[in-house]
Amino acid sequence: MDAEAAKMIGAGIAAIPLAGAGVGIGIIFGNFLSGAFRNPSAAAANQQTLLIGFALTEFTGLLGFVIAMILLYVV
Amino acid sequence: MTPVLLFLASGAEAAESSGGGLPQMDTSTYASQLFWLAILFAGLYWAMDRIFLKKLGGIIEERRNRLADDYDQAAELKAQAQDAEKTYIQALNDARAKASSIAAETRTMLDKEIAAMQAETDAKLSGRVQAAEASIAEMQVRATAKVKEAAVETTQALVEALIDEKPTQDAVTAAIAAAT
Amino acid sequence: MSAVDHLFAATAFAGPMEQFEIVSIFPFGTENINLEFTNASLWMLISVLVASAFMFAATNKAQLVPGRMQSAAEMLYQFIANMLRDATGGEGMKFFPYIFTLFVFIFLCNLLGLLPTIPGVPHALHVFTPTSHIIVTFALAMVTFLLVIITGFYKQGFGFLKMFVPTVPLWLLPLITVIEVLSFLSRPISLSIRLFANMLAGHLILKLFAGFVVGLLAADGLFKAIAIIPLLGNVGVFMLEILVAFLQAYVFAMLSCIYLNDAVNEAHH
Repeated sequence: MDAEAAKMIGAGIAAIPLAGAGVGIGIIFGNFLSGAFRNPSAAAANQQTLLIGFALTEFTGLLGFVIAMILLYVV
Repeated sequence: MTPVLLFLASGAEAAESSGGGLPQMDTSTYASQLFWLAILFAGLYWAMDRIFLKKLGGIIEERRNRLADDYDQAAELKAQAQDAEKTYIQALNDARAKASSIAAETRTMLDKEIAAMQAETDAKLSGRVQAAEASIAEMQVRATAKVKEAAVETTQALVEALIDEKPTQDAVTAAIAAAT
Repeated sequence: MSAVDHLFAATAFAGPMEQFEIVSIFPFGTENINLEFTNASLWMLISVLVASAFMFAATNKAQLVPGRMQSAAEMLYQFIANMLRDATGGEGMKFFPYIFTLFVFIFLCNLLGLLPTIPGVPHALHVFTPTSHIIVTFALAMVTFLLVIITGFYKQGFGFLKMFVPTVPLWLLPLITVIEVLSFLSRPISLSIRLFANMLAGHLILKLFAGFVVGLLAADGLFKAIAIIPLLGNVGVFMLEILVAFLQAYVFAMLSCIYLNDAVNEAHH
């Protein structure tokens, strides 16, 4: 296989973690919403935690994105 | 369709022409980026810390103090108003009590005066009554004497006319006294 | 057609990575160290100037009853102060100027990088996002990281190291301690990559969609009509990017607050 083609395939594979991050972020916001509907008075106090969870989850997807970029442009 | 492909291809071309790497991975630019970041960030930090945030925090603090002061002042004024109301009610009650006491005093004074005047009038009237009674009694005595005199004279005249003899006064008097 | 031609000329043959290239504006520095003033420096300078102008307008005639600008600045002030107080419980309020500067700087760098470039201007004046460069975000993350370490040892002495030794069963302790140390050391990396990758990805997508629009408009017939699809997509992505510009600045500042909390307050594992 051509090295160039292998890079492209690798970059494509490295983009797969974005799906996991998407699912994770969906779970976070979904669970926050279901919790917030059950106890709306506690929702505002937990928004910070929500955003931290979002940021930490998003990071795993971004790692995939960065690896794809490195494969495409750096290696 | 070719321009789209051309555009996509140009990305790879440009990447290849500039050494094939991400611009972010070009370490030759790091020194200048860090240098200017340090200067500008430190400058912004200094300006925020020393000027802007101090001023903004100061004004927020001042407003908080002013609000607290205003609340204190309002509470004080409220207390003052309550005090004033208390004094007012006190004064009102005092005045009312004083008024009623004055009224009672006046009433007793008037009663006394009236009683005194009544007593005086009574005394005066009773004096007059006594004098009138005395004069009536005197007049009665005098009238009785006059009646007796008249009776004596009439009796004398009658007796004279009847028997042509004038009885003495003493005899007539004695006779009348016996008859009455 | 002339406006489209213009746009085409300005952007169509520049790759999606062109927006991240660093161009010198005037040279500076020694022979060994190149400290030239570049477009990255220019946009950092613009962010600093915008922040200063905003704060100056807000505090210049500061009044007890605030005007419009002052209200906005006070809202921002309270927002950051509450964030820091919630995370550190008032112990870390002396870092308030740092967190405030950090948030404002990152937010403005992110936001101003979303401005459209005026077509036809020289490359050095193209709109640039300083936070899309890993070295900038890494430097900012390292400032927070070093601040945490220095403050931690200064305030707690070697008790600061207790944060790596939670109360767990003894046989788990070596493993947990290694994991804690690794997670502590990965903090600046995750902080910087999060911000950098968000900015990079957002601007790449914007540029790719914009390239589709220009490319389709240059094609003939029915393809011109299809150009509306990536255009609408770009509008959506652009709005999302405004949200991301705020959210990433917020997350960066808030995570900094949380990390500073480890330094100023003893760990309660």
